[in-house]
Order: sequence, then C-alpha cells, then structure tokens
Amino acid sequence: MKKVLSYLKKYTKESILAPAFKLLEAGMDLLVPLVVAAIINNGIGNEDKGYVVRCFIILIALAILGIAFSFTAQWFAAKASVGVATDLRQALFDHIQGFSYTELDRLGTDTLITRMTSDINQVQNGVNLALRLVLRSPFIVFGAMIMAFMIDVKCALIFAAAIPVLAVVVFGIMLICIPLYSRSQRSLDKLLGITRENLEGVRVIRAFCREEREIEEFDEKNRALTKMNEFVGRISTIMNPGTYLLINIATIILIRSGALRVEMGDLKQGDVVALYNYMAQIIVELVKLASLIITLNKSMACAGRIGEVFAVEPGMVYKEIANGRPGSEGDTSVAFEKVSFSYTTSDADAVTDISFKARKGQTIGIIGGTGCGKSTLVNLIPRFYDVTEGVVTVDGQDVRDYPKDALTGKIGIVPQKAVLFEGTIRENMKWGNENADDTQIRKALEAAQAAEVVDGKEGGLDAHVEQNGRNFSGGQKQRLCIARALVKEPEILILDDSSSALDFATDLKLRRAIHNLEGNMTVFIVSQRTASVRNADTILVLDDGRLVGSGTHDALMKDCEVYREIYYSQFPDEKEA
Amino acid sequence: MGDSDKNRKKKLPAGSSAVLKKVLRVIGRNKLLIIFSLLFAASSVIMQLYVPMLFGDAIDEIKDEGVIDFATIGKYLILIMILVAASSVIVWMMNLINNRLAFKTVQDIRSKAIRQLQDLPLSYLDRCSTGDVVQRVIADTDQLADGLLLGFNQLFSGVVTIIVTLVFMLSKNVLITLMVLVMTPVSFLVAKFIASRSYKMFGKQTKTRGRQTALINEVISNQKVVKAFGCEDRVSEKFREVNEELKGYSRSAVFFSSLTNPSTRAVNNVIYALVALIGAFTIISGHLTVGGLTVLLAYANQYMKPFNDISSVITELQNALACANRVFELIEAEPQVKEKDALMKPAEGLVDIDHVDFSYVKEKPLIENFTFTARPGATTAIVGPTGCGKTTFINLLMRFYDVDKGSITVDGQEIREVTRHSLRSNYGMVLQETWLKAGTIRDNIAFGKPDATDEEIIQAAKDSHCWEFIRRMPGRLDCVVRDDSLSQGQKQLLCIARVMLCRPPMLILDEATSSIDTRTELQIQEAFAKLMKGRTSFIVAHRLSTIHNADNIIVMQAGKILEQGDHDSLMKKGGFYMNLYNSQFAGVE
Repeated sequence: MKKVLSYLKKYTKESILAPAFKLLEAGMDLLVPLVVAAIINNGIGNEDKGYVVRCFIILIALAILGIAFSFTAQWFAAKASVGVATDLRQALFDHIQGFSYTELDRLGTDTLITRMTSDINQVQNGVNLALRLVLRSPFIVFGAMIMAFMIDVKCALIFAAAIPVLAVVVFGIMLICIPLYSRSQRSLDKLLGITRENLEGVRVIRAFCREEREIEEFDEKNRALTKMNEFVGRISTIMNPGTYLLINIATIILIRSGALRVEMGDLKQGDVVALYNYMAQIIVELVKLASLIITLNKSMACAGRIGEVFAVEPGMVYKEIANGRPGSEGDTSVAFEKVSFSYTTSDADAVTDISFKARKGQTIGIIGGTGCGKSTLVNLIPRFYDVTEGVVTVDGQDVRDYPKDALTGKIGIVPQKAVLFEGTIRENMKWGNENADDTQIRKALEAAQAAEVVDGKEGGLDAHVEQNGRNFSGGQKQRLCIARALVKEPEILILDDSSSALDFATDLKLRRAIHNLEGNMTVFIVSQRTASVRNADTILVLDDGRLVGSGTHDALMKDCEVYREIYYSQFPDEKEA
Repeated sequence: MGDSDKNRKKKLPAGSSAVLKKVLRVIGRNKLLIIFSLLFAASSVIMQLYVPMLFGDAIDEIKDEGVIDFATIGKYLILIMILVAASSVIVWMMNLINNRLAFKTVQDIRSKAIRQLQDLPLSYLDRCSTGDVVQRVIADTDQLADGLLLGFNQLFSGVVTIIVTLVFMLSKNVLITLMVLVMTPVSFLVAKFIASRSYKMFGKQTKTRGRQTALINEVISNQKVVKAFGCEDRVSEKFREVNEELKGYSRSAVFFSSLTNPSTRAVNNVIYALVALIGAFTIISGHLTVGGLTVLLAYANQYMKPFNDISSVITELQNALACANRVFELIEAEPQVKEKDALMKPAEGLVDIDHVDFSYVKEKPLIENFTFTARPGATTAIVGPTGCGKTTFINLLMRFYDVDKGSITVDGQEIREVTRHSLRSNYGMVLQETWLKAGTIRDNIAFGKPDATDEEIIQAAKDSHCWEFIRRMPGRLDCVVRDDSLSQGQKQLLCIARVMLCRPPMLILDEATSSIDTRTELQIQEAFAKLMKGRTSFIVAHRLSTIHNADNIIVMQAGKILEQGDHDSLMKKGGFYMNLYNSQFAGVE
C-alpha cells in the first residue's frame, strides 16, 4: 500500500495542484450561499435592484472561475493518476522479471496477471478520484461548518454535532466493507482461472464431451461471485440513505432552533436560508464522499494486493561483479560436488548427493525415469534454483559467485516446453543475442534443422510469430527454440528433453549438426530416448533423484541395471539378439 | 420523460446504440425487478423533492421576531421527518434491487460467454489469444457491471427527478421554471460534445489495453523462458512501448471524461445565479416569498444534479458499452456448424477416409486427396517428418475442424451427420500437449467419466502406472494438482489414465508417450496393447518401436500419403520408411 503510494512522488506537483485547484473551485461553491443571503437580507430587504444585479454578476464570476479551476484540477489529476498507473505497471512488470523460479512457482501466473491488469486499473481509478475529490468533500463539509459559525454560533453547534455522527456512520460502513471487497475479488480470480482453463484445455474438454460439466462448474463459481457481490452491496448501500436520513434530522433541528433565534431577534430570515443552504451542501458532499469511499475501498484493496507482490523480494541475490577471475584455463566446464536440492514446496529432495564433472567440449547425456530429477539437475547449472547442499561450478567457479549476465551469457538452454513469443522469427532468434546478424541466425537455424521451417513461412525470418508461437507445430517450435539457444553461441548448451516432438531422422541430423558446430561447446542432452544419448561422452543415469550410473553407453550396458532396462524397453529387438 | 429520453439517446454516438439495445435485452429479462426499481425510484424521488418545499414553507413562517407560528413549523417538521424516514428505506431497497439487476446481468452474460466458448469452432479459438478472451469474459464484463450499477442507480432517479422538479417549480413560479427549461439544452450540448470525444478515446484505450493484457499473459505465463535467456530487460522494453502508448490514450480518456461533470456544473451555477436574480426581482414585485425562492434555488440545484449524474453515468456507460461491445463480439461470434441430431452408436470402428482435402488457410492447401481405411480393431500408425499434417489429421478425425472436401465415415456413417458428442465419445484421445484441470487427481482421472467409483479410478491409475506416484502424494486422489507440482511425464501419465478409465471403442494417441520415460513407456505400451485390443487405434508417434506392431503404417509427407503397409512390408520396400527407421540406430559420427 505504502509502496504503491510512493509512486505518487514523481507526480508531487500534480498531486498537490490537482486537489489545490479543486479546493479553489470548492471555495467558489462555499461563497454562493453568502451571496444569496446578502441578496435576501439587503437586496430584497431594501428593495435595491442594483444591489441584486451586482450580486448576480458576482455569482456568474464565481461560476466561471469554478469551471476554470476545475478543468485545471482534472488535467493534473488525469496526468498524475494515469502516470502513477503506468509507472506502477512498469515497475511491477520489472519486479516480476526479477523473480527467480522459486518465487514464480509460489505466486503463480494467474495471480500475477490479475495484479498487472485489473488491480492496477482500479488503482488508477482510485488515485484519480482521490486527487479530485478526497479533499474537496471534507473541505466543503468543514467549510460549511465554519461559515455556519460565522453566521450564528448557536445554530452552528448543530453542524458540529451532526458531522461526527455522520463520519462514524460513513467510516464504520467503510471498515466493514474493505475485507468483504477483497473476498469478492478472490471469487473473481477463481472465475478468471476457470475461463483460462477452458480456453487452454478446449481440445481435451471437447474430446471428453465435458462442455456441460465445465459450464456447470463455471456457473457455480459465477453464482458464488454474484452472491458475494450482492452481500457486500447490501451493506455498502446503507450508506446513502443513512446519511440522507441523518442530515435531514439535523436540518429539522436547525430550522427549529433557527426559528427560536429569529423570534428572539438574534438572526434574520436570510441567515436561516444561508444556514439551510450550507446544510444542503453538506448532504451533497457527504453523498459524494460516501460513493467515493466505496470506490477508494476497492482501489485500496487492490493497492494492498499489488503491494504484496512488491513485498516478495527476489530470493536470489547475484554478485555485482565476478569474484576474481574464473578459472577458465582449466578444462572442467561444469562440475557438481555432492549437490542436493529440494523445492520449497516439498520436503523430499528432488536430487540427492550428485557429483560429476563435465569437461569442455564434452557431450553429457542425462537419462532416467519420469520425475527422477533430470530437469531439476540441469536447472541448477544456470542457477534457476539454488542448491540446498553442495556446490555447482561453471568454469571452476561457484555459480553463486557469478554476476547474473555473466552466467546466463555462457549458457544456452532449450526448455522442455517449447515457447515462442509474439513478433517475427528474427526477433525470437535474437532473444539470446541481441546483436546476432542474419548469417549467425541462419547458421543456428541450419544446425537446429529449422531452416526449412523458416523457408516454409512467408517472409522467412520476418514471418510473424503469433502469441505463444501458436502458428507453429510442436516440432517446429522445438526446432526454433533450439535455434534460439544456438544463436547465443553458448559455451554450454542444455537440451532439456527438447527434441521429443522430432522424428528420429530429424533428431539425428540435429545431434550431428550440433556436434559439428565449431567452438568447444559443452552439451547436456536430457532425454527419455537412449538413441539420443547413446553417443554422449558420458551418460548420467538418474533414478529417483540419485545418480545410479555414469559412463559411456557400452560401459553402462555392462554395469548399469537401470540403463540396460531403459535401453531394452526401447529396443526390444536387441534383447533377444 | 419522452423528451429527455430522446435527448439522452442522441448523446450516444452511432454504433453504441446497437450495443445498448443488446445490453437492455439482457437486462430486460428481469422485468419485475425493473418495475420495482422504477417504482421505488419514482416514489423516493418525489418524497425527497417534496422535502425542500416543506422546508421552504417552514422558512416562510420564520418572517421576523415576534410573528413566528411555532405550531405550524412543528407540523411541517414532523411531516418532513416522516417523508425522510420513508424515502430512506425505499432508497435502500431500490439500491438492493439495482445491485441484483447489475450483478445478475453480469452473471447472465458471463454464463452465456462460457457456453459460447464451448460452442465456438476451434478455428476461431485458435486464432484468438487466451488473454484477450479472458479479458472479455472477466474484466470487460466487470466494467460493464460497474457501468450498469451506476447507470441503474442514477439514470432512473435522474430522469424522475428532472420531471418532478419541473412540476414543483411550476407550482412556485412559471417564469423561473421556463428560464431553467430554456437553459437546459446548453448543458446537453456541452455533455454531448465531451461524451463523443471520450467514447473514441475509451475505445482506443480498451483496444490498447487488450494488447497489453495479451503481452502480459504471454510473458508472465512463460516467465521462466524469459529468465533462461536473460531477456528480462528486453521484454521490459517491449512492455514499456505498449505501456507508454496506453498512457497517452488513458490520459486523454480520463481527462475528457472527467470534464463532463465540471462543465455541466458550471452551466448549473449560471442557472442558479439567474434564478437568484429573477427570483429577487419577483419577490420585490411581490409575486414570490423568500421561502419560495429558497425552494426554487434548492430545486435549481437539484434539477441540475441529475444532469450531472446522467452525464457522468453516460461516460461510465460509454466505457461500459465499449466493453460490452467486446463481450458481445465474443458471444455473437459464429458458433460451430449446427450439428445433426443423429447419434452415433458405440462404434465397431471401421473408419473410412475418402478423398479428403483440408487446409487452415484457403490459399495454402495442406492435406490433399487423403484416402485410407482403418478396419475395426486395427492399429494405424501415422509417421512422417514434423509438420507433415499428422496433428491436422487428428483435428479432422475428432471433428475439431471439418474437412473441405471428401468425407470421413465411421461404421459407414458420415461424421458430419451425427452429433459431435456421440462421435467424440467413441474416441479416447491423448494429446501431445498435456492439459490438466485445476482440481484433484480424482477430478482429472474421472474427467471423462465423472461418476466413476474410486475403485475404477485407482484401477485406471494402476493400469497407466500413475498409481505409483499418486500413492506417495498427500491425500492421494484428493491431492490438488497444480501446474508445477507434477513433472511433464506425470502429467502425461494422468492424461493416459483419463482415457484408460473411459475405455472408448477407438483411440487417438498423439505423440502421447513423447515425454514419458521409456521404462514406464514399455509398461504403458503393454497397457495400451490391452486397451487397443479390439479397438480401432490411431497412433501418431515418432518412436518407431511403439508402432512396430501396428497393423497398418501410414507414412505421410506434406499432407500426402507416401507409403502404406505393415512394418515388414515397408522395410522390404526400402523406401522413406526404411530410412526413417534406420536412422534411429545410426550414430552421430
């Protein structure tokens, strides 16, 4: 919440000027009853038409000044509120960019998207209204009271008593509603989740003829949301009629005691009219304040939730500069020393006590059952997660001692899920290396067997990639993702089961091409297929998070039971042979 | 009312009135509530407007010292008290009704939208970005709700206030009332000018916001990839561009829409001054009392307030309508081709594909002249290089897309002649991209057969070898699946269990085993073999060992069949298939 408000600082000038001009406008409004009282007491009382006309001109002048002040205020308020929302959105986006995998796992995509979109919009709305109206209404309320005191102290005491009572009602309702609004927002989040799910799983839902049940489920959540909203509405709508009732009771008392004061000769009729007008102004402003507070409630709840995301600090701290020179002279590229790791969400280790060394230029295959920790293991090399125990070194240096860019710069990773981003193919290819030229990109595409994909698209490298690469097939996406990593010309290439959608012939060509790339690239191939790793210099065999074998294909066939089992499962013909 | 109604409608720019009609049609379903809302609005407004009259009368009794009639004042004040109390209760009840109307409308629209999502052709959904559609169903309808809520609360009572005020004013002084009436159009003109400007800006704002939401969706959903490439700064830059663009539109939209209020208020203040001027002169000439002037001034204020409200409601409505338009665009998109009523019986499994042509884009033919027959119980393996049309083939079999030419029949029945449900429930499908519901393991396995018993579910889990890991999860079947709590392979296994439970007569396996480790895969193959026995099956897979035992292998390239036959005959033939098969065993060097 505070964090969110701090974004107003940049718009200090606007944030002061907007309410200031609004107050000037309100000041004009406050003067009006006085002028009217003067018309009644002096103009009408003395039958002085010239006096009435002069008062009329003053009233017109007040109106013109009012609109000028008001426009100025609206402009500053719009500028500040939109500015704050824009900055806030950018800052939140950037903040999320700083999250490590651990925080992303914990917060979840849906939450972050809601915070980025509707929550920030609500805040913009809130800031805008707050700047324009928050000060204006209390100013008029208290201004009216002060004016009342100037007219008659005894009658003004009614104002002084009514205002606190009204304040208690207004703020009491507000306090009850704040937690309720955040509950209804949570119901909305749930509905959003289902909608997304329905879109992403549309094929499966249709294949299983589950449309009706999905609709039922949605309806149920939808009804729950409506119920929640209505419940909050029931409470918050007491505010308007409640304040109206109270203020009129105050006015009744005012007229009654006003009559007494006139009877005793302490007050004139025009003054009673002025007091009555001030009371009327209070109603109008309080009603405005009440509806304003409802909107502000919502915005504050949203701001609070945005603040929560800001409060999540990226769990991973990177060194600003490298500690000493990395031992690049040695020929060990990646080494694990007694590495264990567990996700924060689970108690059990995902990988346990892993030690191995990969020399520069070697190809390391990693194979093992589902959920055995293969992906986890390679995710530790670029430090997507920090090890729980042990050390991971790259070029002889602990990965935790690298500045961020230095480490990511060395490593090209092709994740399991092939994802492309909206833009051109060229833009996608430049992800790892902004300065790559077309020759470099071409070379990477050739090696990744993706050249034909690009050539098959109209516009070649300039062909449009739709969101999430929707206009490419799974296999095409995988190859492009591999090319994307190769454009980086990394020292270490990690293929995390990234050729699963490729046919064997293409997969083979791909591995050959990568092998033949110039440079001394260390390659990690995570795969389910023995065919993909059998030619690796070293194959690591994982089973339930532990390293149960390492060596060449031939050696493993001799001594590693798990590996043999995997191999024969894929080549049943060989078993008999 | 007719007069002001007409004026109000004129203020809405062309195009939005059609949307307004649609919204009204949706709201119109709750006629009784609307009638009550209108009734309450009218009665509360009349009472609330009568109150200043009574106050005016009371003030007239307070002429000067010594001549004050306290009994009469007391009578007026008691009457005021009763009116105020009654109208407060009525206003509250009206608010409740309006709340219900607005929320119910949004609920209705959303529930329509979700039904539409289930009925839109995939060719439509594949073209839309998820984020954009979600924005339409959630955020846009929400804006619509806010707009409607404000609209209901203020539009009705605003219109009534104007009319009743005019009547009361006429009873006090005709000249002043006429003057107020003459001035009214000025306020309208000002509001109209501003509204037309801000509608355009709101439209642009909504459009840019949609683009931004799509970008947010894309990046945040794939945040891990962004990190892996160290591209945080670059996406941030891209975001900044859209964000800055949005800033421009938003600022204009917010500014212009916020001008309406002060503008009409200024007109209002001028009218107020005129009332004071004319009123004072009339009193001096003896045709009005001070109390009467007070009432007129109060009314002049109150008469204009609904215009202020209405104009602010109109900006809000404009925004709501821009959003409503996007929502209706979705709801009114052309649904799937209407299906025939005939039901397909549980199939024997004779699938005949006859001279089928198909393409996603007209200009780029993909599948051409595709013909083949799968006998009941036979396993057909489809192999070929990536992008050769295998996935498309599944889209056609499942009727996610309709063929352009030719026909597909099951047991001699053209699939376009039967309901989609009856066709699809004959197939069990495991897709390349795993999708699980947010829910428990049980929900997911029983996805296609919600009434399955736990025994059946556990058996299916065992058959698909996911019981191993399910057993170790807290709560077992009740364990809630989260996107990152399962490995890719485990998800795949669950997808298989899902089909395993349904035991449909025909199977479609789309690279189903691609990310399951091969040890398990062997076991799955056994389970599948059991499942496939007597069932017509189509397997799209790259692992040639899995299709080794297929009865028929279709080798595809570029949408056409290159070769057909079983493994041995294709190997003997020594064509494309043999090369493909052999490459599996070739080394790197």
